[in-house]
Amino acid sequence: MKTFALCGNPNCGKTTLFNALTGSTAHVGNWPGVTVDKREGTYKKGKEPLGIMDLPGIYSLSPYTPEEKIARDYILGGGADCIINIVDATNLERNLYLTLQLLETDVPVVVALNMMDEVEKSGDKVDVAALERELGVPVVAVSATKGRGIKELMERAAAVKAERKGVCLLAGELTQKRGTEDGSAHNEIAACDENADTEAKLAADRYDFISSRLAPLKTKAKREKLTKSDKIDKVLTHRVWAIPLFALALFLIFHLTFSENLFYLNGFTEGQAWMPSLVELGLAAEENGEIIYNNFGVEILAIFYDGAVFSPGVILTNFLNLFLNHISSGVVTLMENGGAAAWATGFVGDGVLGGIFAVLGFLPQILVLFMFFSLLEDTGYMARIAFVLDRLFRKFGLSGRAFMPMIMGFGCSVPAAINTRTLADERERTATLRVIPFFSCGAKLPILLACGGALCAKIGFGNADLITYSMYLLGIAVAIVSVLVMRGTTLKGETPPFIMELPAYRLPKFKNLMLHLWDKTKHFVKKAFTVIFASTVIIWLASHLSFSWKYLEDEAMNNSILAQIGSFIQPLFTPLGFGSQLGEFGWVFAVAAITGLIAKENVIATFGTLAGCIAALGANVGGIFVPDTLAGVEGVTDAAAMISATGITGAGIIAFIAFNMTTIPCFAACAATKGELPKGKFKFTLLFWIVTSYTVGAAVYTMGNWWWSAFIWAAAVGVAITLIVLANKGILRFKRAGARRNKSKKTGCGGCCGGCSGCGK
Amino acid sequence: MQKFLSALKPGESGRVVAVNGEGRIRRRLFDMGVTPGAEISVKKVAPLGDPIEVTLRGYELTLRKSEAACVATE
Repeated sequence: MKTFALCGNPNCGKTTLFNALTGSTAHVGNWPGVTVDKREGTYKKGKEPLGIMDLPGIYSLSPYTPEEKIARDYILGGGADCIINIVDATNLERNLYLTLQLLETDVPVVVALNMMDEVEKSGDKVDVAALERELGVPVVAVSATKGRGIKELMERAAAVKAERKGVCLLAGELTQKRGTEDGSAHNEIAACDENADTEAKLAADRYDFISSRLAPLKTKAKREKLTKSDKIDKVLTHRVWAIPLFALALFLIFHLTFSENLFYLNGFTEGQAWMPSLVELGLAAEENGEIIYNNFGVEILAIFYDGAVFSPGVILTNFLNLFLNHISSGVVTLMENGGAAAWATGFVGDGVLGGIFAVLGFLPQILVLFMFFSLLEDTGYMARIAFVLDRLFRKFGLSGRAFMPMIMGFGCSVPAAINTRTLADERERTATLRVIPFFSCGAKLPILLACGGALCAKIGFGNADLITYSMYLLGIAVAIVSVLVMRGTTLKGETPPFIMELPAYRLPKFKNLMLHLWDKTKHFVKKAFTVIFASTVIIWLASHLSFSWKYLEDEAMNNSILAQIGSFIQPLFTPLGFGSQLGEFGWVFAVAAITGLIAKENVIATFGTLAGCIAALGANVGGIFVPDTLAGVEGVTDAAAMISATGITGAGIIAFIAFNMTTIPCFAACAATKGELPKGKFKFTLLFWIVTSYTVGAAVYTMGNWWWSAFIWAAAVGVAITLIVLANKGILRFKRAGARRNKSKKTGCGGCCGGCSGCGK
Repeated sequence: MQKFLSALKPGESGRVVAVNGEGRIRRRLFDMGVTPGAEISVKKVAPLGDPIEVTLRGYELTLRKSEAACVATE
């Protein structure tokens, strides 16, 4: 099978073309550097099947970042029978620079002139036939998003001869080159003439050739001075409004996804409700802490409104949960009526369905959040945010480019970790990789929502979304502090450069968005029925078997294997508020935190699996009244059950959330991070996560329980910062003295304290 | 008169005469089309004063003032 490789500048539509050719649903976005690895597919619509290789975007054959090296090595490695060079026709000049370099190598090339629909729409024209004559290789006009010209492109690519001699279209002296470092003419000329600035001359010559011979082949229609893109841009990157607008956009995204009080009709706390709840309206009744709706119609109404209007994210979540609740109660009733053994009903109802549904129930909110972030990316706004925030990022020793993997972290840490390949600087990459888990991912969302909702219920606070929002902010704050500390101590180095293309604003493609969400759904559901299913089964078994392999009734859970192991590790979490100080089921939090290392969804799945047992034990589950706005969501009720059974404090719950947010991420994320980190750094990264999460959890718990401990923490932070600053100054002195490896804080401090007092006087 | 790109104000433009700076940054600037002879105009400055956005060869590029200081224009 022949293999064709797609190669071109970042953001010129390679992956869109790849998807169109192979029918894949790979992630595309309006941001230079979405694709960071090779990706294979098959084109089946031609005479014979053809292999298609999608490559990361490159601006030239001299690599700058790790992902660019992947593309360069593949092209020059000769793995492809033909290189399909995708050229963004809306940005002809810069895109053709790579084309000229490709022509100088020996690989067979076909040029695909992409985004021709946009060119035509703006009234411009490109003389494709003349371009083909000038370049000497086939040129085909295509539109990857509309699927135009693709068949012709593949036919012409298949007809290309495998043998091709590199040609240089520039002046005659440069025509012959062989075995050079980047496969282009560059080194050869450098050897000819060492004195002249050949690098500059060559680049300038290539661009001169393009602007004099090739660029004129595109004729531009007359247009207004300000394009639509410019007008939008003026507002979004306005000197005063840019940052408030961004903050507002983020708030709206979170509010529309999580709020149970969309228009603040319910006031800000539970007491000041302005609108009647369904119970107050007489449409529902409250029995034993459970809401019983008068009829199905009211149950449907409760999806949208109950004392307050819900946000779209919550409405979708309620809808799915209504559905899931009916399934699980239906299955349990069916089993009971069918005469199934009590343990079997318990296993299916509590163990399997309880665990999986507690997680699956949050899928709509994860998707809504994901959709908003995709929209930001597809429109091109994300790139502007990098532009706006670069100055801020530089204060932390990063570049604006690091913004993208961080934002991706809100979706899932795995692609975020892989995306750090776009960062050229190794130290910047390491620092970014380590803080990515602090940008709370979709799988951690159930922890936030369930525990946050249960906490609201416990303290009688009406706006669960404010807790969610502030937990996200806490994660970001921890990330900032960590980066500052790392860049000040172990990962010192100059701030990496920031030279980035700003893509034009584009309307997001509905189909792309849907494919993207569908991919995410598939991934999540698959995980729920594999990893999480397996984990819930194990947890259920471990909570119903004793060490002598005897089956235990729900009531005897405290004698189970799980309880024994949990009680053993429980004391570890005492400083964090969910350790030894808890009541008889205190070990569930320790167990949940550990199961979270496999997949973060497991934390709430564990609650879901164990909630049934605790209920059977007659523990005081009704002690917390879960307000009707939250009662339908299974995870929240489960978390509330855990909270009331164990007697954990509010501060303990927040510490539990904070710990799970900042600790070692799931297996998959660890593996991805390990793959991207420089060799030998992963051990320290694990240690860093453990230390950070433990410290953050302990700080949250102690400050929440004893307000005055805030002063102790503040003092500790102050001392730490002073030590770092002083140590840095001290190390400078040590370096001069020749001692380079004196990096430990203590010696640094010892050296500089003296120095500092000397300065003061 | 020669002026560095970093000294240009939004709305001003110039022609690149020389690109200085460290090897990697310099090569990246070349790859992005910042070569001697290129027409370049400053579009705007980011809200926090840095980086800047420039237009050249029909597209938008952002770079920091420190990197723009490597580019001499006239």
